[in-house]
Amino acid sequence: MKRNHDKKEYWASFVQRWSGVVLALFLPAHFLILSLALQGAEVLDSFLHWTDLPMVKFAEAGLVGLLAVHFMGGIRILVIEFFRWAEWQGHLITIAGCSAVACGSLFLLRAF
Amino acid sequence: MSNRLEIKLWLAHRLTGMALGLFVIIHLITIMIVIQGGLSAAEIMERTSSNFIVAIFYGLFVVAAAVHSAIGLRTVAQEVLKWNGTCLNVVILTFFSFLCVVGMAAIIGLVL
Repeated sequence: MKRNHDKKEYWASFVQRWSGVVLALFLPAHFLILSLALQGAEVLDSFLHWTDLPMVKFAEAGLVGLLAVHFMGGIRILVIEFFRWAEWQGHLITIAGCSAVACGSLFLLRAF
Repeated sequence: MSNRLEIKLWLAHRLTGMALGLFVIIHLITIMIVIQGGLSAAEIMERTSSNFIVAIFYGLFVVAAAVHSAIGLRTVAQEVLKWNGTCLNVVILTFFSFLCVVGMAAIIGLVL
């Protein structure tokens, strides 16, 4: 089992699993905040001002990166399971990692 | 737990994953466009108010995300925590229902 830790595929599965858990646990908070709109624009705005904090913008960029890596990792799993193109795995893992960094960075560039 | 249920859940996870792939691309592009200059309730509601295409898109997005994340969390609970049985299914079903209700509340608040 320990030898698997040296493999790219092990870390791809690790990131896929735990990025999914973080995103799933973030969803209730995301929906709850947006549902403040039911109480009026002012109530939603009172929370949205908080998103101007640099620390929150970095956290949001992290979430955008996790969403991108989970999305690309999901495509990798679908390709392996439905098309059996296992030899593409290495490239797909690299693309997933680069997409996450690119999306997170682009978010930061736009947000600041 | 019956194998038939496990197969159905696996298939639902993959099918919602495929749908979410499309939704996430559109969501990420929207985030990158609207994030510049910060977020405000008025700006968000200007785009979403009485826009039923937005309501249908995000309605499907919420249901797909709720199904996908609930099944994903169930799998992680089974494999990592070795948690199985009716209690787990009840917790996951509650999480799924909560996401659907809060997600729909957010859409109603933003669109109606």
